[in-house]
Amino acid sequence: MNVLRYWVQALFILLAAYPFLPFAEANRGEQFTILFIYSILALGLNVILGYTGLLHLGIAAFFGIGAYTVGILTVPFFPFQQSFLVAALAAMVAASVIGVVTTAPILRLRGDYLALVTLGFGLITLYAIRNLDAITEGTKGLNPIDPGPLPGVSGQDMSAWQRINPDWGRRWYNYPYLYFVTLGVLAIVMILLRNLERSRLGRAWVALREDELAASCMGLNPARLKLAAIAIGAGLAGLAGAFYAMALSTTGNPQAFDFTLSMIMVCCVILGGLGNRAGVLLGVFLLMGFDRILTNILDNMIQENIGVGGANYLKVSGWKLFIFGMVLILMMRFRPEGLLPEKRHQRELHPEFDEAIGEAAAKRETAQQTGHPTRKPAPPS
Amino acid sequence: MIELFAQTETATGFGQFLLLGLVIGSLYALIALGYTMVYGIIELINFAHGDLFMLGSFLALQLAFWIGVSTATDQTTVALAGTVLIMLILTPLFCASLNAAVDRVVYRPLRNSPKLTVIVSAIGVSFVFMNLGLFWKGASPVKFPDLISDQNLFPDSGIRFTWKDVMVVGVTVPTMIALTLFVRFTSMGKAMRATAQNPTAARLMGINSDRVIAVTFAIGGALAGVASVVYGLYVKAVDYQMGFQNGLYAFTAAVLGGVGNIPGAVLGGLIIGVVGELGKAYIGAKWSEAIIFGILILILIFRPSGLLGARTREKV
Repeated sequence: MNVLRYWVQALFILLAAYPFLPFAEANRGEQFTILFIYSILALGLNVILGYTGLLHLGIAAFFGIGAYTVGILTVPFFPFQQSFLVAALAAMVAASVIGVVTTAPILRLRGDYLALVTLGFGLITLYAIRNLDAITEGTKGLNPIDPGPLPGVSGQDMSAWQRINPDWGRRWYNYPYLYFVTLGVLAIVMILLRNLERSRLGRAWVALREDELAASCMGLNPARLKLAAIAIGAGLAGLAGAFYAMALSTTGNPQAFDFTLSMIMVCCVILGGLGNRAGVLLGVFLLMGFDRILTNILDNMIQENIGVGGANYLKVSGWKLFIFGMVLILMMRFRPEGLLPEKRHQRELHPEFDEAIGEAAAKRETAQQTGHPTRKPAPPS
Repeated sequence: MIELFAQTETATGFGQFLLLGLVIGSLYALIALGYTMVYGIIELINFAHGDLFMLGSFLALQLAFWIGVSTATDQTTVALAGTVLIMLILTPLFCASLNAAVDRVVYRPLRNSPKLTVIVSAIGVSFVFMNLGLFWKGASPVKFPDLISDQNLFPDSGIRFTWKDVMVVGVTVPTMIALTLFVRFTSMGKAMRATAQNPTAARLMGINSDRVIAVTFAIGGALAGVASVVYGLYVKAVDYQMGFQNGLYAFTAAVLGGVGNIPGAVLGGLIIGVVGELGKAYIGAKWSEAIIFGILILILIFRPSGLLGARTREKV
């Protein structure tokens, strides 16, 4: 049990060691980098959906805003030419501000209407990005994104490091430099979120999620708390978008920021466990790992060993949506709290646990009253 | 939608776009009715409804292949009309049973769960449907057989109104009238209205709410089935992703009219159709989606009960 308790820390250490292992491949490492970036995005969604309980179906919009902010601030096409640090901070702020401004008018909506408006917002953002060719270059995407990491550092020639391992890239955003950067940022985000969870703000969010009326009666301001959650969640999503643009060195096709991404992120958060950081990480690694890495490997294996292909149902990647859908349906039916549940959520969704504890306490009490002191008190389950 | 746009370019004038919008809008209205009825009774945004519509149009396409009208060149009018009739009977049956089955297997066990849980499983069902559609007809758009003539009924008036438009109106309007009569005058319709108003009280009065919900899903599915056949015949191209966007348009229509309100869904559908077509014509095709979702957001912010929502307290 003790080993399992530290699996997140162990995972981070393993991942940090990965590029030095003899079987490490640059290709796989780049795929891992993308996974870390999606983990940051999912943790941002977790602040909104998991801690505060707002069903946000447009998180991909903030991801896109982050990516395009970095694009606009760094590509040669525009006169800004900032370094990545400045651009990433601007991306966080932009996503945060847009999140707060667009969410403020809709806070009074109930859960499912809020979901719908956020979905509409996500789609409008996507259409805007796609249609404003003059700024975003439409479906081509902004490129090349090639800034230095810090103000005043060009950082494009990493040949000194290449002497250690000739496979390593020439630019700071190549593998494995960006791999370490994103892994480090992910670790920092995890630690900050842990502190946030235990802070006054984090506890207030949970109170709001459990019972908005009761929370507001206790003097919490629901509107301000929800906006804070959106600001932080959208900011993290913007940061993830910034790294995404950096990892690809282009913003790519805006189709990458569509509704499907928002939905897959919701799937990840729900599969792993709403409100649980480690669970969200697990959800991303399982679903996105399956989507981005495992399907390719399996498809290639099928291709090589059996030699069929072509039809969609003969490829693992053809089953992607089916598998995501079944995961959602089955999880909602049998384990709505996720694989690694947060304790409060689990109790909320399984009232019978609390009832069992209550019953055990009641039995103990009756046993004491009727005078059977020798009987052991029932252990709280 | 590309086919539609090509048609508008040959036509001229505001009246033409208005007409086109009304025709398309009556299609959205038909889909919106399925959303609005389900929402009225169990307050579920059925994300899978649009994908059910997509599967329906695939079935209609499959039927056309099986009957063989799509491959033969010159068909008699009787054969064509018969094919359309068979599509209009079998596709709604298929969609109705599929929707009711999904309700039985997926949503019914979640009746007492938080709303979020049910919405998320509806999204799951939508993904599964989409994947089934992908397996069925592949990733690229499929041409739907051209069974109804494009001949203009008023060649001299400057307005294009074809047999296709007649077909859309001739199928959707009677369907809506039949639905209204069903909900208003049959005992099952009464039970549906009662359940929508107050599920607990309805149950206490001896209404089998699970059965009412199943019938609601079946009727909603059947309407989606009718809409899918009409859409296929009208737009002449179907693909596995069309359910998502058309479903969202239809849901916007339902919200616009006041979700849970049958005349509201029809009105909302017509408005969305007209706004979409006029937007395409005067602002640009690439912005018309953004305009429609902009309307959705504005309606939800300023009048969440919809245009007709406040007038009646009944939700179906």
